[in-house]
Amino acid sequence: MEILAEKLIELLIRLCGVSAILFVFGIFFFVFREGAQLLFHGFKFGEFFFSQEWYPSSQSNVRYGALALIAGTASVTALAMLIAVPFGIGAAIFISEFCGPRAKESLKVTIELLAAIPSVVWGFVGLTVMNRVIISLFHTPIGLNVLNGGLILALMSVPIIVSIGEDALKAVPDSYREAALALGVTRWQLIYRVLVPAAKNGLLAAVLLGVGRAVGETMAVLMATGHAVKIPTSIFDSVRTLTATIAAELGEAPVHSNHYQVLFVIGILLFTITFLVNLAADLIVRGLRSK
Amino acid sequence: MFESTSFTRSKQRSELIARAVFLLMTMLMVVPLVLIVGYLVYQAWPILSFDFLLTNPRNGMRAGGIWSPLLGTIYLVVISLVISTPIGVLAAVFLNEYARDSWFTRVIHLAVVNLAGVPSIVHALFGLGAFVLFAGLGKSVLAASLTLAIMTLPVIIASTKEALSSVPLSFREACWNVGATRWQTIRHVVLPNSIGGILTGVILQVSRAAGETAPIMFTGAVFYKAIQQGDIFAYGLFDQCMALSMHLFTISTQVPDVPKALPYGTAVVLLGAVLVVNALAIFVRFRLRSRRKW
Repeated sequence: MEILAEKLIELLIRLCGVSAILFVFGIFFFVFREGAQLLFHGFKFGEFFFSQEWYPSSQSNVRYGALALIAGTASVTALAMLIAVPFGIGAAIFISEFCGPRAKESLKVTIELLAAIPSVVWGFVGLTVMNRVIISLFHTPIGLNVLNGGLILALMSVPIIVSIGEDALKAVPDSYREAALALGVTRWQLIYRVLVPAAKNGLLAAVLLGVGRAVGETMAVLMATGHAVKIPTSIFDSVRTLTATIAAELGEAPVHSNHYQVLFVIGILLFTITFLVNLAADLIVRGLRSK
Repeated sequence: MFESTSFTRSKQRSELIARAVFLLMTMLMVVPLVLIVGYLVYQAWPILSFDFLLTNPRNGMRAGGIWSPLLGTIYLVVISLVISTPIGVLAAVFLNEYARDSWFTRVIHLAVVNLAGVPSIVHALFGLGAFVLFAGLGKSVLAASLTLAIMTLPVIIASTKEALSSVPLSFREACWNVGATRWQTIRHVVLPNSIGGILTGVILQVSRAAGETAPIMFTGAVFYKAIQQGDIFAYGLFDQCMALSMHLFTISTQVPDVPKALPYGTAVVLLGAVLVVNALAIFVRFRLRSRRKW
């Protein structure tokens, strides 16, 4: 009897163990399933990827050109990374190389709290605070633009870059530091010539995970980037990202209509992008560990 | 005799500059946190009261409090926790105690990492396709909670796994040596010794689930739903509900002429709840680390 109970519980444990695989496949399957009908019946891939004419609910001439949305995601993510990567890695270096144990602990707690702020609160901050700051600093008519979204996303993806980056720096053996210091290098030289090259794979993984976070972020960019489906020409242009488009339009699209299905196609695109980014980051970290 | 040469002086100077530059970079991250929280609290201060928490939104959400969304969020968090905690803990037990280092384990690990990286709006699409439509739950508390549960699963798996792996192997070996089976060892030695770490994971899960908006937008949360004030059993499993995060989105973008303090108050309650819960997790972790005997 007891043996049977134990067998049962072990079966349950194994089942839960593989559940993560089931869920990832489930996500792909169900998102794909909803978009499949459109995808396999004359879906214009050329138009989707290379046209910026997004008129999903037009009566006469429906067009699903997602280029402007892709450009929106790309521009906001790029700006966010331009800000978050140097600051995130700089902060990781400071925490790992310049701090005593106490300061290190409290900075890590602060970063953890920064990471915990919900994205809708970030969006609200972008909508109210940043909006006004940008209008008064740059005298633009509207403050909901690439710059606003980029700043918010930078603050949101910095914690992950710092924590993974700090792990990567911690993994550099102390003997490297000691050898360099014994040769009389300055702190700058130590960082640029020894630490960053030695930890470059881990730092790259940190950046990739930051990119993944920024590409997939929804509520913050929905609220902070304005709602203009066009390719931005400057950081003061409003844009709309792939994620924001789904969030904004899914509620209005009738279930199983073409419009509804094209939103799921965007979902498949997003899933694919983040899957590849996370896979790459994981492979890099793994390769690092096995060395 | 030991006068500093110009070389050592310039070295010291560059040392100082390096420290200053990296400190500045770090501070530029910490300062926004303080400024943002401070500014939100300052704007919300006039409206914050128990009354604000305990009354329903009124007058097309332009007056009143946040009782109905607050209760909705509590429902979603608790139900998603009940679903995902057992699955997550057992999955971590499998990964740490049963799985050997094989390609299959690696695939599971990869799946967990990717599950954590799936954008929240894709989770929303999944929840809509799988729970609302395919399983026929409709837009409901249950469908939204299930979506949240899957979304927060990686959090509990990661922290439980870490807690389990910090229990020394000698504990298990001692137990096996007296003839205990694998499960008995896990049940009576490994799990009790890692309960603190698991608890930290559960707390972090609460904060994650409470803050999410996109996954519940299309699976169960609605713009507005009036409920009986003070009735904590006001929502059923198959009802739609309001949620704090969704409410903040609604009153700050969808409803015109909302008095300014109202969204700020909602933001501060949501932010406060999440930060307090996270601080609790950090506190638990510190207490455990200082109490650990091995």
